[in-house]
Amino acid sequence: MAANSASVENVDVKKKEIKSPSGLSVIGRELIKDKIALISLIFLILVVAFVYGISFVLDQEEIVKVDLFSIYEPPGEEFILGTDYGGRDVFGQLIIGTRNSLSIAFLVTIMTGLIGVVYGLLSGYFGGHVDNIMMRILDFFLILPFTMIVIAFVAIVPKYSIWTFSLIMTAFLWMGIARLIRSKALQEKELDYIHAAKTLGTSNLKIVFKHILPNVSSLIIVTMTLNLASNIGLESGLSFLGFGFPESTPSLGTLLSYARNPQTLEFRWWIWVPASLMILFLMLAVNNVGVALRRASDARQRRG
Amino acid sequence: MWKFSVRRIMIMIPQLFVLSVLIFVLAKMMPGDALSGQIDPNIDPARIEEIRQEMGWYDPWHEQYARWIGGVIQWDFGQSFRFKMPVTELMGQRIENSFWLSLVTLIFTYLIAIPLGITSGRYNDTLRDSLITGYSYLGFATPIFIFALVMLWVFGFQLGWFPTSGSVTPGLVPGTFDYFVSKVYHLILPALSMALITTYSTIQYLRNEIIDTKQKDFILLARAKGASESRVYNRHIFRNSLLPIAAFFGFEITTLIGGSIFIENIFGYPGMGQLLIESISLRDYSVVTATTLLFGMAAVLGALLSDIILSIVDPRIRIK
Repeated sequence: MAANSASVENVDVKKKEIKSPSGLSVIGRELIKDKIALISLIFLILVVAFVYGISFVLDQEEIVKVDLFSIYEPPGEEFILGTDYGGRDVFGQLIIGTRNSLSIAFLVTIMTGLIGVVYGLLSGYFGGHVDNIMMRILDFFLILPFTMIVIAFVAIVPKYSIWTFSLIMTAFLWMGIARLIRSKALQEKELDYIHAAKTLGTSNLKIVFKHILPNVSSLIIVTMTLNLASNIGLESGLSFLGFGFPESTPSLGTLLSYARNPQTLEFRWWIWVPASLMILFLMLAVNNVGVALRRASDARQRRG
Repeated sequence: MWKFSVRRIMIMIPQLFVLSVLIFVLAKMMPGDALSGQIDPNIDPARIEEIRQEMGWYDPWHEQYARWIGGVIQWDFGQSFRFKMPVTELMGQRIENSFWLSLVTLIFTYLIAIPLGITSGRYNDTLRDSLITGYSYLGFATPIFIFALVMLWVFGFQLGWFPTSGSVTPGLVPGTFDYFVSKVYHLILPALSMALITTYSTIQYLRNEIIDTKQKDFILLARAKGASESRVYNRHIFRNSLLPIAAFFGFEITTLIGGSIFIENIFGYPGMGQLLIESISLRDYSVVTATTLLFGMAAVLGALLSDIILSIVDPRIRIK
């Protein structure tokens, strides 16, 4: 008996040795090799923790309240980053704006991810006529000029809120990830394990969501990370033009939109420069992490 | 090629149809009509209803759509609610301005991207290449409106090298040389701001294309026959790598449309993008509908153009 259990243990140990490294440890090694991505990740974690943490203390109502006695104060003792045309603290708006911009970017990324993944998987797996029709629909969405259509929708929607805003954005942003997942699913469904599953009589839906989905998950994570970066940009761009968040909910874009006033652009840098830097650093950092993740997901490109 | 083009155009027709229906539905959902601002309050509301009935406001939607699309085909987008003039007239000058802005941006884009892409591909994995790749990565990650604001702040306000708004100095007579110079002068900064930020795709594509071509057999043959290095690059590699770039020309149009909204608003340049934003804030919905439709059509045509150029360049896409 004893010898038996020892040999079983031995086999276990051997199994462990040839086991391929887990996803997390691959990502970890990649990050240690790529210092810029590591710094970006730390920066992101700090920003997210700070921004979401401090908004428990900070009161949005308090910050967006107009104070006529302190209009356009330059940075100083009382206001670290000065005030805007309504005498509102720019630093507070920057923090709340970052939180709002990040939240909507997360929300839109997750919603587009859900729609895109399901659409792409179904289109790629079923192929043939289904694929043809689904791709024609996708092509149509793809050629619509995004900014234009979103602006037109935002302008006519009654009872405009953060939810409707993110729904409108989602409606015109799911195509990129759907196309990627579809082409991956097309490759995947030709592999033997799918044929085996089919022969065993596994239902189509089970194959799609239990077999193919886990095998495209790394692509999903990478694409969604890169999408998060571009969604931060798109949201602040729309808010910049005045078609994003309403003014009562500051976002990074609304802070920037004050710079459309030439006076502010020329003489009051403290209103728009911090917000631009924040957008720039956030997008760069998320992109860097996304690129590192992409390398980690492809064994040929890994550095770690 | 003809077979492919015809089939591609057949695909485009339903696309244009769905686009027009989408925009028609949007237009119908927008509050107000051409009459809301026009009639003075002394007129009896019953009379307004009568006029609406005469104009077909209550007709079935497919009849209304047919009438609207009939007008669009004849370049008639109806009346602007706000300015009481035909939308076409309102857009005339602005379409021209936007066209020039896009053209100059495209010229700048290719002037910047082609030399950089070639250098980057030819000397790949050297310092030069890393610098160029770094620049295009920054261009990819920077939103266009932030970059444009910074350009306007530095070159428009701080240095004062370029005008900060408008498309021409007021008071100049159209057709004169001064007028032309002033137009170009107003175009440079907005076009350059957009070009510097949108070059990344062309640079990266050209770089990968050149690195690919470098390893092909016919290049080895050219070298074996004793062609000089510059001849190999200028005649053999460049020509083969440039063709796919030409195919992306059509997609550049979509990028330009998206960018022009920001650029025109930041630089106060009176083009279609600015008109769209202005008419939305004025609730001038007939203009909104017209501009959205035109931009959408431009994007559809751009995609068509790209596919047709690509089929000329790449025989694999053609249908036998």
